[in-house]
Amino acid sequence: MSEKNKYQEVAYYPGCALEGSGHAYNRSTKALGKALGLKLKEVDNWNCCGAMEVKNIDPKLQTYLSSRVMSIAANDMGHEVVMAPCNGCYHNLKRAEYDMSKDTATIDVVNKLSGKAGHKAYQAGQVESIHALDWIKKGVGEDALKKKIRNSLEGIKVANYYGCMYTRPRHIFPEKDQGGDSESTSKPHYMDDLLAAAGAENVDFPLKTACCGGAHTLSDSETSTRLVANILQAAEAAGAEVIATECPTCHSGLEMHQIRAEKTLGIKTSVKILYFTQLLGLALGLKPRKVGIQENVSDSRAFLRERGLA
Amino acid sequence: MRPLADIGQRLREAVDGSRATSAEELLGLGEQTLEHWVIARGFEPTRQTREGFRLLALHRQGSTDEPSFNACRETCRELVYHYNLVTMQPEHEETAQRQKMMALVANHLFLFVSGRMETRQLGDFCCSSRPLHAEH
Repeated sequence: MSEKNKYQEVAYYPGCALEGSGHAYNRSTKALGKALGLKLKEVDNWNCCGAMEVKNIDPKLQTYLSSRVMSIAANDMGHEVVMAPCNGCYHNLKRAEYDMSKDTATIDVVNKLSGKAGHKAYQAGQVESIHALDWIKKGVGEDALKKKIRNSLEGIKVANYYGCMYTRPRHIFPEKDQGGDSESTSKPHYMDDLLAAAGAENVDFPLKTACCGGAHTLSDSETSTRLVANILQAAEAAGAEVIATECPTCHSGLEMHQIRAEKTLGIKTSVKILYFTQLLGLALGLKPRKVGIQENVSDSRAFLRERGLA
Repeated sequence: MRPLADIGQRLREAVDGSRATSAEELLGLGEQTLEHWVIARGFEPTRQTREGFRLLALHRQGSTDEPSFNACRETCRELVYHYNLVTMQPEHEETAQRQKMMALVANHLFLFVSGRMETRQLGDFCCSSRPLHAEH
């Protein structure tokens, strides 16, 4: 099977954020896939990946939770590829894969818990876990994407914000930093490549992977607000009109702290915050409602109308 | 040593443009920020350089046994990159813009490190993939 074919139909692991605060990302990912002729099969009876909370208390339990998702995709559904749009889920699937391939104590725990839960234990290498960016980049590619563009994003200046968990820690992403067209962990470019193919002008943005304090947004809001305000200011200083995101936690953090920064720090920024799937969907000619623009906190409707995208 | 609060104040002035700041000074503010982190962890800040920059050597020192501190690795490298841009092409038409971006990058490094000085676990259980508690 060619690499491109491998990504035409993948197991879809939305994760819990995409059923709540990140619903617009869920909606736009599905709509974009459909418009591009890609198929998603949602993982049956999926569970939490262990996110940050379980990992904090018991990392092996988190590995088990992520491995269960991969086991269902591989053993019950017969898939070779699991796609997770959320950076947290993606990171945890990759971490589980890494631990399952290296650590016998983790394998023992996963085997034991899988037996107790009554399903086949995941074996390292059964599936390839990918992000939504990999899905579009490798399953479609820029050339094919360009041919489907109906409303070019030409003239729209975008800062691409990848957040922290898409590239860190480097050792759990062995396919990155391999030269050629592979993704970079220090200067990721997949989102830049796809949005450029849709006509957008990517600005030189130095805080692409900078910490936004996301995990501490409740326990230490002050730090998160200051970090996000600086990211937003940097995007504007770089000339961006839009920050493109590819993670529901990053996205909602940027949206919430944009408001909070104005209220508590007096730092007003007007850069719009949109998922890359929303921007690509609009470029393909999808209606704003189809890609969940109305569900964003950051109101970009007037901006999109002005640019002929809505 | 310059107090952390003073470094923050100086960087805010650099970001809002209320006081002129050179690339040398911004790089120095980045180094001083990392010195605070290294000292808080009980080490003597290194005088060595890495790839020609003390900032990168300090970051490496600050990351020893602290994988989550790598969350500011790219920020440090961007600071160095902008320093090179500004100092190697001082007459370039974008020098003022590059210096402004350098100030924002230095400010981000400061916010991350000062945030960690208050909430040590900042970044510990997200991108570093390390649990807060010891491995079970």
